[in-house]
Amino acid sequence: MSDNHSHSGDDWPYPHPQQPDIEDGEFTELMAMTDAVAELMIDKGYFSADDMRRTLETIDAKTPAEGARMIARAWLDPDFKVRMLENVNAAAAEMDIDSGVIPILAIENTPDVHNAIVCTLCSCYPKYLIGLPPDWYKSRDYRSRMIREPRAVLAEFGTVIPDDVEVRVHDSTAELRLMIIPMRPAGTEDLDEDALSKLVTRDSIIGVTTVTIEKG
Amino acid sequence: MSARFNAGDRVRVREAYPPGHVRTPYYLRGKRGVVSSLIAELPNPEELAYGRDGLPLMPIYWVSFPQTYLWPNYAGPEIDTAEVDIQENWLEPLVGTENE
Repeated sequence: MSDNHSHSGDDWPYPHPQQPDIEDGEFTELMAMTDAVAELMIDKGYFSADDMRRTLETIDAKTPAEGARMIARAWLDPDFKVRMLENVNAAAAEMDIDSGVIPILAIENTPDVHNAIVCTLCSCYPKYLIGLPPDWYKSRDYRSRMIREPRAVLAEFGTVIPDDVEVRVHDSTAELRLMIIPMRPAGTEDLDEDALSKLVTRDSIIGVTTVTIEKG
Repeated sequence: MSARFNAGDRVRVREAYPPGHVRTPYYLRGKRGVVSSLIAELPNPEELAYGRDGLPLMPIYWVSFPQTYLWPNYAGPEIDTAEVDIQENWLEPLVGTENE
């Protein structure tokens, strides 16, 4: 098929480039192996096609809302925050939040230290609490540059950290997931947990931005 | 397995390049750092990747490295750090007199 096409029969004379089909990319050996293993597991009855579909649907439906609720609770309840810093998965269970089987660690931002997360090896990410990672998080650009020039990358996200505040980049390499507890912004003293949780964004939990009232 | 290192211990990441499923990033091989904390004890992924049980559990630490040390042309202030999950089998104790 040609790179450009016209809508025949309509009056619009300007062709536009065609969007490639998913199958237009290379079908690699690992993709074939993934399909083969999934088919084998289903054929042998370890799980059904519907189980697999349901699991993918559940993972795809995750959002940052649950991570944000936990952070709002931590801002309001210092004892909860202590428990969350000790064990995120147990703290999530307290709130009836399913945080998955991989241990998650929370790292608290302070006036002296701004923390951010990268996985230079692959794309480790706390998806049970904040949903699937954005494409940029998985990009080689973010993974290579965030570790060696974090302030330049943060600035591209509109985040300027003063030079007297340490930027601490966490490279997530182990069978653990990391999340940042951002600082609670000033002027939110009257807000309840629900209102506070709406201020907390995905990017602030990754650490590429901070939480402000304006962004909420 | 009991943890070999404590918070504050000075360590060196092994300068080794074994084949296989390794979780220690290249940019840290041979680098000196300081243990921040023991964060977990988990089955060793270098073993799990080959279908073994990964036991005994492997201690994992957060190890802190000054950015200006890791990257000679680092543009930010000296207070900036990288803090990385490192398995105990990749860490060697660094004795007091050993400096660069």
